[in-house]
Amino acid sequence: MASRPLSEIAKTIRSKNAGVDRITFDVIFADRTAYDHVRHSGVLSRAAVCQVFGIEDACITDYVEFDPALAIKFTIRRTSPSGSPGDADIFGSQHSGPLLGIMVPGEGPDDR
Amino acid sequence: MPVSIQQRRSAEPSLRIVCPNGHLGFAPIKPGSFAIGCAAEPDLICADSGSCDVGPGPLGADVSSSPRQWQVQDLEAMLLAARRLGVPMIIGSAGDTGSNSRVDLFVEIIRDLARKHRLAKFRLGHFYSEIAKDELRRRMAAGAAIEGLDERAALDLATLDATDRIVAVAGVHPYIKLLDAGADVIIGGRSSDCAIFAAPAIRRGFPPALAYFYGKILECASFCAEPYAAKESVLGEITMDDVKVTAMLPEQRCTIASVAGHAMYERANPFYEHFLGGHIDMRDCRYEQYDERTVRITGPRYVAAEELRVKLEGSGKIGERYVGIVGVRDPYTIAHIDEVIAWARRQAEEQLPAGGWELHFTVYGRNAILGELEPLKASPAHELGIVVQAIAPTRELAEEACMIGTRQMFYARLPAVKGTAGGIAFLLDEVMPASPAYRWTINHTLPLADPLELFPTFVTEAGV
Repeated sequence: MASRPLSEIAKTIRSKNAGVDRITFDVIFADRTAYDHVRHSGVLSRAAVCQVFGIEDACITDYVEFDPALAIKFTIRRTSPSGSPGDADIFGSQHSGPLLGIMVPGEGPDDR
Repeated sequence: MPVSIQQRRSAEPSLRIVCPNGHLGFAPIKPGSFAIGCAAEPDLICADSGSCDVGPGPLGADVSSSPRQWQVQDLEAMLLAARRLGVPMIIGSAGDTGSNSRVDLFVEIIRDLARKHRLAKFRLGHFYSEIAKDELRRRMAAGAAIEGLDERAALDLATLDATDRIVAVAGVHPYIKLLDAGADVIIGGRSSDCAIFAAPAIRRGFPPALAYFYGKILECASFCAEPYAAKESVLGEITMDDVKVTAMLPEQRCTIASVAGHAMYERANPFYEHFLGGHIDMRDCRYEQYDERTVRITGPRYVAAEELRVKLEGSGKIGERYVGIVGVRDPYTIAHIDEVIAWARRQAEEQLPAGGWELHFTVYGRNAILGELEPLKASPAHELGIVVQAIAPTRELAEEACMIGTRQMFYARLPAVKGTAGGIAFLLDEVMPASPAYRWTINHTLPLADPLELFPTFVTEAGV
């Protein structure tokens, strides 16, 4: 079964400030099958987030699966508060970029 | 399927609010869906105008982040509709920051609009949210613990001294007080987004759990609907048993996914929403598709705070700022860009007095946006854009530091460079003055005895 990038499976992949000291990430799916497939695949987890961004687990303040929204959501600490000199993403809205290319192993909804 | 709440009000006692904009003034209200919302018998028209997203600059410098004309346009649309319908209008966190000057600005705009349109006299309420540094210092001296949020250390005097302006984040209390005083239009200082909508609902006796959830889901207007379309109106209805929200733009729907997805927007955790006086627990919320474009929500729980603590937001100036922009195309220079930057920084250190200034190099094409978090930082693009920011106590020093940081990249000495006519490309051989640099110095909480003590309220008359 072919792997596919997360961007082809998730409906929404976004990041945004959660207060001035944190950035939160939402990966939202259009249907339960895709949501279950990705969360059971292991490609998104606290450890995977640490690996993608090169951060310690302690930098992740929240990591939850939120069933009503079919969403995987996690939050990290900012290296400096939003809008400090040198911060080039004041809204935190482009930090989700590296998530789009995460490869998800097959046996997803389209591989059945 | 039941009749849409857009067409018919619930048989139970209910309170209906139209929200036309999630950050009033930041981008204009779309009039089409707002007109549809106003035709759906709202009991109030409410919008939040604040956001920390604009960074620490506006609060520190005490300015708005958008042109006055945009604020006037949105306030005009809301004021005329509210007065025509004879329903209250509430604006929270006036002018992005909710500082005193922004409240005064919005109050003045409302007065001007009332005169311009010769509106019949109405009661105009407002409240302030700033807390003076000296007042906070006095409270700290009296033993108040100013605890940090998000793992920040408790506030110390040095950080307070480095702060220019502080706002406290109000809860529902000043809004309720002003509604009790008969205000037809309320301009609020900094406050929790959800409080603007929760206040009239709580005042009418609806359960706080539902009322705060109602606020949370309405405050960003059409962000709780799909497909994505900002600045469109949504209509909410609260009863004793549930909250319903429906999209007013015909092309948009509120769906379980869009509403639940929005319930977790911009917050670290989807289950809790904190405000002055308590929080709501949304773990057991149930979302149902009520009609094609409406979602019904039940099940949030309200938890009163054991200790009353108000959130404080503070911004402090770091210095004056200049900006330079350069590009790089030479592959060898790109591969050694950190050495080029180090060279430029060293020249600044040699030419300028020590301390008091700082240089920031933001490397677009490599890792400008994510910095150290960028997984691809070892594989830069074939060309780079570098933004140089210099920050210093005076404009003169900031300009000079920026000029050194920018121009000296041109002269960087790399051992094997082939091009000896200049190491970088200039977009402009100049540096440009930018807004001063600020930082969020305060993201803390302060204990309060009374939820109104920092938020003085005023009622005046407007109209002719």
